[in-house]
Amino acid sequence: MAIRRGRGVAAINYPTGMNLGGDPTQALVHSTPTGNFMVTLSSVDLGQGMKQIMAQICAETIGVPTDRVVVDTADTDTGPHCMGTFASRGTHRAGNAVIQAAREARQVMLEVAAEELEVNASDLETDGQGNILVKGAPQKSISIFDVALSAHFKRGRSISGRGMFLIPRSYPEKETGAMKPSTCYAHACTVAEVEVDDETGEVTVLTMKNVFEIGRALNPKMVEQQLVGGSWMGISHALYETTEPYYPNRDHGGTDFNQYLMPGPGDLAQTEIIVLERPSADGPYGAKGPGEMCANPQIPAVANAVFDAVGVRIDTLPITPERILRALKAQAGAPN
Amino acid sequence: MELRKNYFADQRKDDLHEIGQPRPRSDSPGHVTGKTAYFADRNFPGMLHLKMVRSPHHHARIRSIDTSEAEKHPGVVKVLTAKDVPHNVYTILILIQIGPEDETVLADGKVRWKGEAVVAVLAETERAAQEAAAKVKVDYEVLPAVFDMEEALKPGAPLVNEYHGQNYYLYDSGECRKVRFGDVEAGFAGADHILEQTYQSSPIEHAPAETTGCVVAPEGNDRFTCYTNTQAMFFTLDNASIILQMPGSKLHFVGGTVGGGFGGKVDVIVEPIAILGAKLTGRPVSFIYSREEEMQISSPRAAEKVVIKDGFMKDGRIVARKVTGYTDAGAYSRHSPYGAQKGAGHYPGPYTIPNVWIDTYCVYTNRTPSSAMRGFGVTIGDFALEVQMDKLARLIGMDPLEFRFINAYRDGDMKAHRQPTEGAALIECMQEASRAANWPVAEKYLSMSSYTKGA
Repeated sequence: MAIRRGRGVAAINYPTGMNLGGDPTQALVHSTPTGNFMVTLSSVDLGQGMKQIMAQICAETIGVPTDRVVVDTADTDTGPHCMGTFASRGTHRAGNAVIQAAREARQVMLEVAAEELEVNASDLETDGQGNILVKGAPQKSISIFDVALSAHFKRGRSISGRGMFLIPRSYPEKETGAMKPSTCYAHACTVAEVEVDDETGEVTVLTMKNVFEIGRALNPKMVEQQLVGGSWMGISHALYETTEPYYPNRDHGGTDFNQYLMPGPGDLAQTEIIVLERPSADGPYGAKGPGEMCANPQIPAVANAVFDAVGVRIDTLPITPERILRALKAQAGAPN
Repeated sequence: MELRKNYFADQRKDDLHEIGQPRPRSDSPGHVTGKTAYFADRNFPGMLHLKMVRSPHHHARIRSIDTSEAEKHPGVVKVLTAKDVPHNVYTILILIQIGPEDETVLADGKVRWKGEAVVAVLAETERAAQEAAAKVKVDYEVLPAVFDMEEALKPGAPLVNEYHGQNYYLYDSGECRKVRFGDVEAGFAGADHILEQTYQSSPIEHAPAETTGCVVAPEGNDRFTCYTNTQAMFFTLDNASIILQMPGSKLHFVGGTVGGGFGGKVDVIVEPIAILGAKLTGRPVSFIYSREEEMQISSPRAAEKVVIKDGFMKDGRIVARKVTGYTDAGAYSRHSPYGAQKGAGHYPGPYTIPNVWIDTYCVYTNRTPSSAMRGFGVTIGDFALEVQMDKLARLIGMDPLEFRFINAYRDGDMKAHRQPTEGAALIECMQEASRAANWPVAEKYLSMSSYTKGA
């Protein structure tokens, strides 16, 4: 009896959004009288940080610092339609809608600034710090604060924009299955290293090295929190979780976090995250949706590592100590 | 975390101000100091609490329901049964024309899974609602149940859901969603090796920190405000409008700050019955799942079974792949017909294979209805595909990572569902993994690129 070490690899891709169901999201953007910007949506922030990302996208597009943008979301009386936050679609769909709305608002903002500065709007640029400058003559400038005041009280303009993003629904062809499930895919390759105790069947995941290709890391810190969390969830799915531990008997399913097995902090592997960025053709600043796929490759990587360690295949999830021990016994020729 | 900017640098301009910056999240201080308001922080004078009477049987006919004792219980204000729900038989994907309506808000004549909602009790306190729910008497005639997809698909199996008429979802393509590409049998015939393997999974729980729920307040103007942690505001509002036969203009949904979803909050389960309770009593209603309900009543990830048959060559090329996927929807559709179809669009994985045959089935059993979860339609498929890839490589004595390089899709490669590959990056992920994990592969794989079309 011994502790045996093994490693396994898995490589995957994952579609962004739900093209097979129809997938629209809308956004509205407007300025306040003092040149802050409101983004109005009905999208849901599940805790992954959607509000922050929409603020950064709007800020980038209009050309102001992110702290000048407030996101008001998920009130059906005020927010325009969003299909929902699922299918790795939130950033991609709502982000594109926000960009379109912000571009329209930016255009009005530049037109008002042009009137104030007596130049053409096409000769203006933003400095990203809250000012609008004449290209090539930056001493000639106006603050966005003053532009907003002018628009509201002098010029009678609404600095606002409407955004809509829709990929037309794809209907699978009946006989061939020809379809377009997605316009962009995120990618991953994970290497898991495990130790398996061949006496108890217990698996310890030592390291989880994940490479994710996600289009563009819009906010690297938030990307990291999502990808690390996903990697942990993958370990949990591979080794621990089931709502029916005695299936086909449906009794004794976990009803709280004492009974429903998930890894605790001490059970989590040393986790490495490496991010590659191949911008998607239709993503907001090239982003794809990594929210779901980041929890997938760890599962087969762990299964393959267990095989590498002890030479048995567990093809049924979760990979419990009981399943490993039964397989080891079968391999040794002993009755189960 | 490391950003490896050397990959795909030619496709990216890193000239942005706000994007790509690790700005602190504006909502984090609220979350970590307990100041963020979630739906359950709404509290209204006179608010009622809703508790469900649930089926103790996996499959049973309801002979009778007696709510008289429950109605007399101190604190009980209203007891609801199927007849109180205006449009009791529904299905959520009807909004995107994926029918038929196959599920009851409150059971009517029959229950099809253990835990199914039968009677709703509204009381002044949670405790009174719970105690009264225990006093509802339901007379059941237990029916044979089926828990296994293969058993459910056999002739003579107990019929789980009469609205379907058979124990599988009927697509326009028939009993399964199909993908046909090349000639899979010819591929097998010409292969050096063939390996067929079966993979299975158990349902799992989303385990969000915040359980599913809503708080509904009747407004003075004949409208209802529903504070909810749904993942999809209008999807839930529109379904509630259908179930309640109430114009959408009467409904106001407020949400958007949620303590974790993972796909577990896209079923429209708590909102319609809570709004109905508020309408019939004229009082605010709170319906929040206990942790036990979250874990054993709310939809889990589906149990799946995936059979993969591969034909492949001694040099590592996969020449034919046949996948048969089964998604256990449990007793009702919810999102499962979509998930099974999404699987058909995902196989055969990120590999270029000339001959592919895919059938994905959505099967009904008397298990807890499953629905969407992070990786919907794909996660278990990826487990099966990637363990299969490991087996194939080892069978021909090849390094599992190098084996994947040989088959990896690249820009321009035609996929089985007849879309050309665009924006591929699998090869580069594997190259970087080889480096990061110190897993050496031959130089020729390190010089490959997703930009150039595969052989």
